[in-house]
Amino acid sequence: MYKFQLHFLVFIFFIGTSLWGKTIEVCAGCEVKSIKEGVALATDFDTLLIKNGNYKEFNIVVDKPLTLIGENYPVIDGEDRGEIIRIVSDNVTIDGLHIINVGTSYTTDYAAIRVVKSDNFLIQNVVLEKLFFGIYLERSNNGKVYNNKIIGDALDEYNSGNGIQLWYSHHVQVDRNIVQGVRDGIYLEFSDNIAINNNISANNLRYGLHFMFSNDDVYTGNTFENNGAGVAVMFSKRIRMVGNVFKKNWGTAAFGMLLKEINDAEIIGNTFEENTIGINIEGSNRIEYKNNNFISNGWAVKVLGACYTNSFINNNFLYNSFDISYNSKLNDNVFEKNYWSNYTGYDLDKDGIGDVPYRPVKLFSYVVNRTPETIVLLRSMFMDIIDFSEKVSPVFTPDNLLDAMPLMKRSE
Amino acid sequence: MRSRWSYVYFLFYLALGFVLLFLNNDLSKAVITLMNVIIVLVPLISTIFGVMYFYNSKEFTELLLAQPLKRSSIFLGQYLGVAGSLTLSLVLGLGIPFVLYGLFKSDTIWDFSLLLITGAFLTFIFAALAFNIAISNENKIKGFGYAVLLWLFLAVIYDGLFLMSLILFEEYPLDSFSLAAIMFNPIDLSRTLILLKLDISALLGYTGAIFNQFFGTYTGLTVSITTLILWTVLPIWRLAYKARRKDF
Repeated sequence: MYKFQLHFLVFIFFIGTSLWGKTIEVCAGCEVKSIKEGVALATDFDTLLIKNGNYKEFNIVVDKPLTLIGENYPVIDGEDRGEIIRIVSDNVTIDGLHIINVGTSYTTDYAAIRVVKSDNFLIQNVVLEKLFFGIYLERSNNGKVYNNKIIGDALDEYNSGNGIQLWYSHHVQVDRNIVQGVRDGIYLEFSDNIAINNNISANNLRYGLHFMFSNDDVYTGNTFENNGAGVAVMFSKRIRMVGNVFKKNWGTAAFGMLLKEINDAEIIGNTFEENTIGINIEGSNRIEYKNNNFISNGWAVKVLGACYTNSFINNNFLYNSFDISYNSKLNDNVFEKNYWSNYTGYDLDKDGIGDVPYRPVKLFSYVVNRTPETIVLLRSMFMDIIDFSEKVSPVFTPDNLLDAMPLMKRSE
Repeated sequence: MRSRWSYVYFLFYLALGFVLLFLNNDLSKAVITLMNVIIVLVPLISTIFGVMYFYNSKEFTELLLAQPLKRSSIFLGQYLGVAGSLTLSLVLGLGIPFVLYGLFKSDTIWDFSLLLITGAFLTFIFAALAFNIAISNENKIKGFGYAVLLWLFLAVIYDGLFLMSLILFEEYPLDSFSLAAIMFNPIDLSRTLILLKLDISALLGYTGAIFNQFFGTYTGLTVSITTLILWTVLPIWRLAYKARRKDF
């Protein structure tokens, strides 16, 4: 009996390997003319080699573990009729396709590629254009989304979708993608342990990257430029944000980074350049800000209240119109050993640390919070005089809000 | 007389430029500091220098008036001489240190040239205002007093009143009012022009359609420069007008 079982296993194994390597070619002149047909014909672990051409297809359901490889970027044209590829099986790979014209709907979130309750997927080198939603991961774990290029043409928030969306998906890696012209570049909801690295998210209507109720995620080395707001991190815990660049997010409600109800996060080595507001913080506690550069922002950091036990250590604040803005008189946050380009103190004992504490909150920022039109008086002599008197004896700004050890030189 | 003072002025700016760069070692930061200097000092010096020059050369002017020369060419010539030499001192005095520190290789060159252009405008405007005050007041002490008061008003007091009125009427929509108020003060106007370059990200933070149109497009730049030109032309025109009628 035992021997028979062994034979059987060997037999299965042989069948398995012979099937593993099977490749089905799809092209206009081939036996198999459409991707749908190819998927129907294929058995588990086959490869579909899609040759260069134009395929007018939508609602392609990949329901077995297949590898779909495009040769020279074949175009799959959905003709605005709905969803294009739906993956409902584990171990699916999609590589090198060019998908255009995803249907727009107000009731269904049509996506170019949707992964539903499937694990171990790999989506790479895909180009998406004229899309509604781009890559939509739904309850799918342990996947990879690499090197994709998503170029939308969204004009209004209400009828546009997100570039890469993760919903209840865990342990996914999102790497080296380029996302532009959609509503949210990358959107995470209820997704934990996600790694988002080296992506470029630009010119999106709302956020470059958006977290909602997602914990223990990491994003490093990404660039967020000219989005409605760079990154919005909301209602999430233990997010690590390292070495990202937030640039040119200009506008009335534009931030480099928006933190709302965030706890225990780390923000290290990021660069915030020329944003209206570098970081906007609301109800966020125990966050560590270290080695970040804030360069030429309108407001480097705007604190809107209910923020406790945050620490700002070793950051560079360079040429911002306002370094820190506070709207309350309470302060429970620590500022230490930062470099402030507006610092005017001296260092007599030459230990690299200024002898006079620096007060990053100006009275003027308090005035602007109250009456926003007064912003036109920025850098006027009258304001400098008032700021100076406030600096000497703080009345309106929290008097314990100061950097007792301001650096004399930029920290590297 | 004129040449000696403009040398001093030139050396002052030269020293200022070098000291600024030496202390900061950073062009962008130096440009910000420089902005304060230009907005406060340039008007002050042009005002005082203009008044001083007019009173000092009064006897010589009266001598010239006896000659068959057009009045407007005498006074405008004096005015242009003063304003021109002051502008030249400013541009060269600040330009030389910055160029030596590698301005052309830096991306702050536009900010810097904008600074110099506004500085030149302010010189011309305040010298013209000073000449106007001097020509209308025979009494030197009074003339000086008015000139300094004018500077103090436009540089500090105006903004104080402006701020107070903004806070007082904060319930009302104020963006068109505040933009209009800027237009009536050349110092604020030049400040705004420089802010458009340096602090545009902060200016765009305010929600207001008129603000956003003004600061977000070229409208702001065009309107400010046009108004600055008006501010220069009007006092000069009044100076010429007064000079023609004045009984010496």
